[in-house]
Amino acid sequence: MELKSKAPSGPIEKRWEKYRFELKLVNPANKRKFTVLVVGSGLAGASASASLAELGYNVRCFCFQDSPRRAHSIAAQGGINAAKNYQNDGDSVYRLFYDTVKGGDFRARESNVHRLAEISVNIIDQCVAQGVPFAREYGGLLANRSFGGTQVSRTFYARGQTGQQLLLGAYQALARQIGLGKVKMFPRTEMLDLLVVDGRARGLVTRDLLTGKLDAHVGDAVVLATGGYGNLYYLSTNAKGCNVTAIWRAYRRGAAMGNPCFTQIHPTCIPVSGEHQSKLTLMSESLRNDGRIWVPLKKGDARLPKDIPENERDYYLERRYPAFGNLVPRDVASRAAKAVCDEGRGVGPGGLGVYLDFADAIKRLGEPAIREKYGNLFEMYEKITDENGYQRPMRIYPAIHYAMGGLWVDYNLMTTIPGLYCLGEANFSDHGANRLGASALMQGLADGYFILPYTIGDYLATEKLPPVDENHPAMKALQAEVAERTKKLLAVRGKRTVDSFHRELGKIMWEDCGMSRNEKGLTHALKRIPELRDEYHRNVSVLGGSEELNQSLEKAGRVADFLEFGELLCLDALERRESCGGHYREEAVTPEGEAARDDANFCHVSGWEYAGPGKKPVLNKEPLTFEYVKLTERKYK
Amino acid sequence: MNVTLRVWRQKNAYDPGRFVVYPVADVSPDMSFLEMLDVLNEGLIGKGEEPIAFDHDCREGICGTCGLVIDGIPHGPRGATTTCQLHMRAFEDRAQITIEPWRAAAFPVVRDLVVDRSAFDRIISVGGFISAPTGSAPDGNALPVPKTASDLAMDAAQCIGCGACVAACPNASAMLFVAAKVSHLGLLPQGQPERRERVRKMVARMDAEGFGKCTNTLECEAACPKTISVEFIARMNRDYLVASLLERPEGKGAGGTG
Ligand SMILES: Cc1cc2nc3c(=O)[nH]c(=O)nc-3n(C[C@H](O)[C@H](O)[C@H](O)COP(=O)(O)OP(=O)(O)OC[C@H]3O[C@@H](n4cnc5c(N)ncnc54)[C@H](O)[C@@H]3O)c2cc1C
Ligand code: FES
Repeated sequence: MELKSKAPSGPIEKRWEKYRFELKLVNPANKRKFTVLVVGSGLAGASASASLAELGYNVRCFCFQDSPRRAHSIAAQGGINAAKNYQNDGDSVYRLFYDTVKGGDFRARESNVHRLAEISVNIIDQCVAQGVPFAREYGGLLANRSFGGTQVSRTFYARGQTGQQLLLGAYQALARQIGLGKVKMFPRTEMLDLLVVDGRARGLVTRDLLTGKLDAHVGDAVVLATGGYGNLYYLSTNAKGCNVTAIWRAYRRGAAMGNPCFTQIHPTCIPVSGEHQSKLTLMSESLRNDGRIWVPLKKGDARLPKDIPENERDYYLERRYPAFGNLVPRDVASRAAKAVCDEGRGVGPGGLGVYLDFADAIKRLGEPAIREKYGNLFEMYEKITDENGYQRPMRIYPAIHYAMGGLWVDYNLMTTIPGLYCLGEANFSDHGANRLGASALMQGLADGYFILPYTIGDYLATEKLPPVDENHPAMKALQAEVAERTKKLLAVRGKRTVDSFHRELGKIMWEDCGMSRNEKGLTHALKRIPELRDEYHRNVSVLGGSEELNQSLEKAGRVADFLEFGELLCLDALERRESCGGHYREEAVTPEGEAARDDANFCHVSGWEYAGPGKKPVLNKEPLTFEYVKLTERKYK
Repeated sequence: MNVTLRVWRQKNAYDPGRFVVYPVADVSPDMSFLEMLDVLNEGLIGKGEEPIAFDHDCREGICGTCGLVIDGIPHGPRGATTTCQLHMRAFEDRAQITIEPWRAAAFPVVRDLVVDRSAFDRIISVGGFISAPTGSAPDGNALPVPKTASDLAMDAAQCIGCGACVAACPNASAMLFVAAKVSHLGLLPQGQPERRERVRKMVARMDAEGFGKCTNTLECEAACPKTISVEFIARMNRDYLVASLLERPEGKGAGGTG
């Protein structure tokens, strides 16, 4: 297959405007004749559904939670970027564009990233109009903070609950359209497969999670806004329900998977406390502004942190990166933590933790000042660990947090299946190999409010789609196939729980394809995953029936897909023999031991194409060219 | 530590349901309450028994999906804490713990500890929004919002929609949930044009969904994991009164425009 990006050429600041003008429009009176199926009600899905309905399209929106308001976007804490330059500190659309391309380690499309930066300003306006209570200054104007090591203050926030407030804004716009009858909402409904007719995406098979009924939905276009796949690793900062099923099923129907190995690890999470651990909790990385990170110099030093004198501590980030110190980017901080723990100098249970120490900041600024800035984070830390972060250093450890990879999309956000779009974290996106803090919320809302509503019109206006209904033979066959898959899972009646398989898969992924990757580990994972998958289909225990609320069955389907997807992710990681962004190959390092990108061989997007069961997927490449931002090495020394 | 659970089991909406006792051994005080249930469920599956169904997603106290009545208290004994953020160290060794679903006519039980809270979504869809179609917004700083108003709006907007307020109320009233949304939007200048219509429609819908009346027992505020204040209920009552008075000359009663 050919990965045609459709990215326009010409002066970068005019590309989107010109492109938008050239897109075909659907006559307003005709919009109500089209039905769009939107899977997902997070920032991307809710904003798309509401905006499409406002334009007059009929929308059906699906989510697996009991309410669209609970999509995982709700959990984002830190904020959302926009190039408003309200602080007059030199920010601009171009600077946000530049920072994003460079921060992504040159693995994103320039045209897309510039469009994202342009739209960022409209997002803030839109959210304010909806009543999102962003933080404000005493004069009543919007407040900003600097986030994730950027040199300008361009992050808008609503206390520590920015994702929640943005999602509630989008959810309320969606709810309004539900009330008006333009959107039909299907909560507690999971998409299990995609209907493709004559090469075009035309429908879905969903499972009603309350009754187990497999329903057929047909439409003129399908939009997947189903979030990230971090839960492949079992322990992640994602919500328990996050999964890969929707995009994996689309992949198996012909949509290319872009850069699956680009995953992001967040350095400041609360460490694992035991085998029972079910998820990891993120603490805002703003903590690194005042906290100092260290481990004991000596291996296996079991003394309490307060008993370890200054000269027996290793402030390893300050030592290795004197210029940036504790504020190095997420991937660099995460790998450094892993390195000291691998040396046996980690702290806390299992030696998987490093200290984040506020003693100096408290001495310098006083405890009240620290409480004022980070009080809610210290509280959260105490709730989970029962330790007081003011009195003793916090313990932190990196965890999987975000998926830069996802379905490959062109400039229209369309996948390689015509009529199938992919938005938000689910697509391979504009973040290249590494996402900057506060940019995921921006991208999800840009996709949903301001890009898809234009680009989808062009498709609907130009395609002549033959009528397809729920009784189409291809739909009947698809429903039967899905029913069969479910039946098989229930029929195994083996000895191991779904969770035990998921945990084991997560361990393989974390060890062999986590923060740092090498050929040996990846080859091992590529052998172990198919073995584990085989065992799964022979030995998993899923109780209960298919025609009722059955949470084990829901999990079983998701883990079955993770067991396939994990293999593709490792394959992608193996093929990409360079280090870039979140993907660190131990074989590809500079003489100083830092990540070494290989632009001569890997300046492309990898788009994997399904080749059939048991066959090795086909690797297609979309070359990336940089006309505006010069390819340079990321340096933090 | 070891604990004994009395858990509400109910096969489906039609099953009368009953308590079943489960001992759980070797519980770590560092486990969250839901992780303790995970361990129990793994054990049940191992014995060929169907696991206990309960709702959860973020496990960080923000999505509002989880919600169990623990020893008679929605979200359990620790104040300002959702069920998913509650840890076993909040309980004594050998504790007997009773676990039930939210109980309210408007929140029918679906299975075991899972209830149907879609009534909340229906209340929002009649008026819990500001009508601002995509693309129609002026510059974000075109209209300054006093910081005090914005901060207070945020206090109300923090509601996670879990339904603990309803579960805690002896009348199963949804006043705190509705008041939080009415106040969040009504405190902002952007929310003024629809302010009266909003409160009328939302209250009418709340009544139609079968939630009870508010008799000021204040149980809702005590149970709210986000400590949303009952003062928002007073604020909504004022708004509602004004909205109803102003509506009368046109001859329409409360909720009449819904
Ligand atoms: C703890 C945490 C903090 C974060 N903080 C920030 C931050 O400060 N700033 C920032 O920019 N980003 C942040 N992020 C990242 C950001 O929150 C996400 O990338 C973004 O919200 C994803 O939005 P989305 O709409 O793509 O997907 P989601 O919000 O995950 O929504 C996915 C939707 O798809 C539905 N779905 C999935 N699969 C199916 C299926 N098979 N069938 C039916 N429905 C399905 C779900 O029900 C849900 O409605 C954070 C992430 C985490 C985990
Ligand atoms: S699971 Fe999200 S609030 Fe408890």
